[in-house]
Amino acid sequence: MEKFAALIDALVYTRSRNEKLRLIADYLRATPDPDRGWALAALTDGLDFPAVKSSTIRTILMERVDPVLWTLSRDFVGDTAETASLLWPAPLAPAGPPPTVSEAVALLGAMTRKSVLTELPAMLDRLDPSGRYALLKLATGAMRIGISSRLAKVAFAQAFAVSVEEVEEYWHCLAPPYAELFAWAAAGAPPPDIANLPTFRPFMLAHPLEELEVDLADYAAEWKWDGIRVQLVRAGDQSRVYSRSGDDISASFPELLDLLPFPAVFDGELLVRGSHQGGEEGGAASFNALQQRLGRKTVSKAMLADYPAFVRLYDVLLAEGEDLRAAPWTTRRARLEQLVTRLPASHFDLSQVIAAGSFTELAEIRGRTRDEAIEGVMLKRRDSPYVAGRRTGLWYKWKRDPLLIDCVLMYAQRGSGKRSSFYSDYTFGCWNGDPDAGAELLPVGKAYSGFTDEELKKLDRHVRRHTVNRFGPVRETDRSLVFEVAFDSVHASKRHKSGLAMRFPRIHRIRWDKPVHEADRISALAALVQD
Amino acid sequence: MGGTNALSPRYRAVSAPFSWIRAEPHGIHVVPADCWVDPSRPVDRALVTHGHADHARGGHGQTVATPETLAIMDLRYNTREGALPAQYGETLALAGGVTASFIPAGHVLGSAQILLEHAGERVVITGDYKRRPDPTCPPFEVTPCDIFITEATFGLPLFTHPPIEQEIGKLLQALADHPDACVLVGAYALGKAQRVIAELRAAGHHQPIYLHGAMERMCRLYEELGVPLGDLRLVADATKDQMRGHVVVCPPSALNDRWSRRLPDPITAMASGWMRVRQRARQRNVELPLIISDHADWGELTATVEEVNPYETWITHGREEALLRWHELHQRRARALALVGYEDEDD
Ligand SMILES: [Zn+2]
Repeated sequence: MEKFAALIDALVYTRSRNEKLRLIADYLRATPDPDRGWALAALTDGLDFPAVKSSTIRTILMERVDPVLWTLSRDFVGDTAETASLLWPAPLAPAGPPPTVSEAVALLGAMTRKSVLTELPAMLDRLDPSGRYALLKLATGAMRIGISSRLAKVAFAQAFAVSVEEVEEYWHCLAPPYAELFAWAAAGAPPPDIANLPTFRPFMLAHPLEELEVDLADYAAEWKWDGIRVQLVRAGDQSRVYSRSGDDISASFPELLDLLPFPAVFDGELLVRGSHQGGEEGGAASFNALQQRLGRKTVSKAMLADYPAFVRLYDVLLAEGEDLRAAPWTTRRARLEQLVTRLPASHFDLSQVIAAGSFTELAEIRGRTRDEAIEGVMLKRRDSPYVAGRRTGLWYKWKRDPLLIDCVLMYAQRGSGKRSSFYSDYTFGCWNGDPDAGAELLPVGKAYSGFTDEELKKLDRHVRRHTVNRFGPVRETDRSLVFEVAFDSVHASKRHKSGLAMRFPRIHRIRWDKPVHEADRISALAALVQD
Repeated sequence: MGGTNALSPRYRAVSAPFSWIRAEPHGIHVVPADCWVDPSRPVDRALVTHGHADHARGGHGQTVATPETLAIMDLRYNTREGALPAQYGETLALAGGVTASFIPAGHVLGSAQILLEHAGERVVITGDYKRRPDPTCPPFEVTPCDIFITEATFGLPLFTHPPIEQEIGKLLQALADHPDACVLVGAYALGKAQRVIAELRAAGHHQPIYLHGAMERMCRLYEELGVPLGDLRLVADATKDQMRGHVVVCPPSALNDRWSRRLPDPITAMASGWMRVRQRARQRNVELPLIISDHADWGELTATVEEVNPYETWITHGREEALLRWHELHQRRARALALVGYEDEDD
């Protein structure tokens, strides 16, 4: 537990991603099985101990510390596990050596709501403050130390020089402490057998098209829908829905689970029924509607009725025992077109290939897509196999041109990591009326990309010279600089005072030349709302 | 655990015990002597516990403090005029039958508790204090009294400062692990910085230590006042390569400032009691938290009250609610003073 606790502490204080990867990889290499497997599970939120809740910790502490002092301390620290780790009184008699991670997992797993009240204190007595912090974080299943499960998997791949795509592929079929995964990666054993398990396969991704033109004889064009990319898997008797990052989101979309009549792995876009994208019939609602369904652990009947989900299929990776990933796109597409006829039309349809005779014609069709709130066009090499990640020359995304609006810089915040000494995160606003008649600026968005390092230095200087107020890491500026901001779309939002929220805003150009009163008004931005 | 100190019989004869000393919003007023302790605005006569800005302010007609504190104030505010030095252990007669004695507080160089006596009643004002040994100043002396006026900066039971050797060890280990980088230590410019440097020297670290420009004069003053700090150099005079593998000390405000861009891959450390709380360290982008404080921790605050065993404790600033609660739980008299202008130091 001491080494795991030291890892957690180091991760808490480390800002650089590479350094975090190195810390986790070093730990995984140096730690024996099964400790490292349990630790990896903790880092990827793969552990759950129902007997230990935040309220359990509070109850246990209140028996040892005056409740008023506990509450004052908890308010000061802001985190129950950390407060408890700091306040835990030293045991009167030595309580034994610290438990190993495996021992801790075994003990926590065996606790009941009742036994936890005596067994957890006995464990805390055996640990120092860092150990107590790590144990309580592990026990409550909420590390919240800035490590995504993807980062932990990348670290695993780095630790043992295996590909992260393969790790992802085996991950979802293995349970903690991932003995088979370590045997394969660290000790050269054969890879885990996943044929009959509903496991995630890494997505094939696209490069931006940029200025390139392609020959439509070699490339097929499809719409890029504005939903979320999902993978739908059925293997053995189990079905899963995975997000682009490989997270299992099946619980949020139960209506999709029992519908595949045969084992298969599909790639598609998850959408909600509506009239917003792709016309009235069989259309999809805006991304905003889909957001109502995301991140839910359970879904009410009303949710299912109000926001019915369906999948628009792009590709097929495996079907009825056959791995199609090495086959060319044309073969997979033909197979997909057959398979889709066997799926319920209520929940599945096919992403249509765009009929365009030439690249010019395609450009023309794409130019009209703004009205339909489609994200753009995908170009897929007709002979491309389905490979994990981004491979040059196979798939391109050709996003529609961004929307642009002129905004005024209002606040700047210091960045993190390499940019930690620069004011690199900008909040900007638009006028709520005529600026010459006393209108005010209201914030409409935040951006921290779209400028070069040289421009960042100039912006940093501007912020420092034009500061009128400071709030911790944030500076308010005198509102003297105009940004031309690019964004993909804008939606109504109750969270913002302006009532609007942009998707993917970034700094398109810095208008050092432009007077602020010529920046756009809120009304101009509101006119671009498509909800 | 002592209970309430029994009020000695002589107090019962007096109609209003301790009415000669009053806690006002801007400081503690010693009424018969018409002088103030650590006032937060200019007054005719001030008694000052130590040189930190929220206790020592410029502009008083007369300032009574230890010679070291007066030197520090002179450096900061040019307050040579009206300065009246009081040595540790010396007792000064003030007007109105009040005497004042200056007693080491162990907080920073020159820091003192002030013992005030009047009509047989004894009041101790700690200013800020700590109980750990500090190579830059003499240790806190327990002084029995009737009213104990204490700080409570780290007045929550979660604050337990680890031994400083352990924290200095962490610093030296980081240095050894990253020979091509430097460790940038944010430390309060008066007291903390010099203590960290002196403790590094005590741990056998005799390499040059590089200073932010804002540290230079205070470090030099410490040396003039007899606290050797070893080989100190200025960041401004050094190249990046010269600073690789070395400790750099700056005020906390410079930690995330663009000033640090001139340093070779700095590892950001901060020496402060607040570093015990992870979120506090993360808020300041600290990579190497060093729990080093010049204040008493919870155990020391409460143990000190028990040792001093006063009739009543008055709490000036910090987490007074928790320390009040502790008094209540231990059947001790206490009250919180609503003083303005005291701040949590970056400490
Ligand atoms: Zn102080």
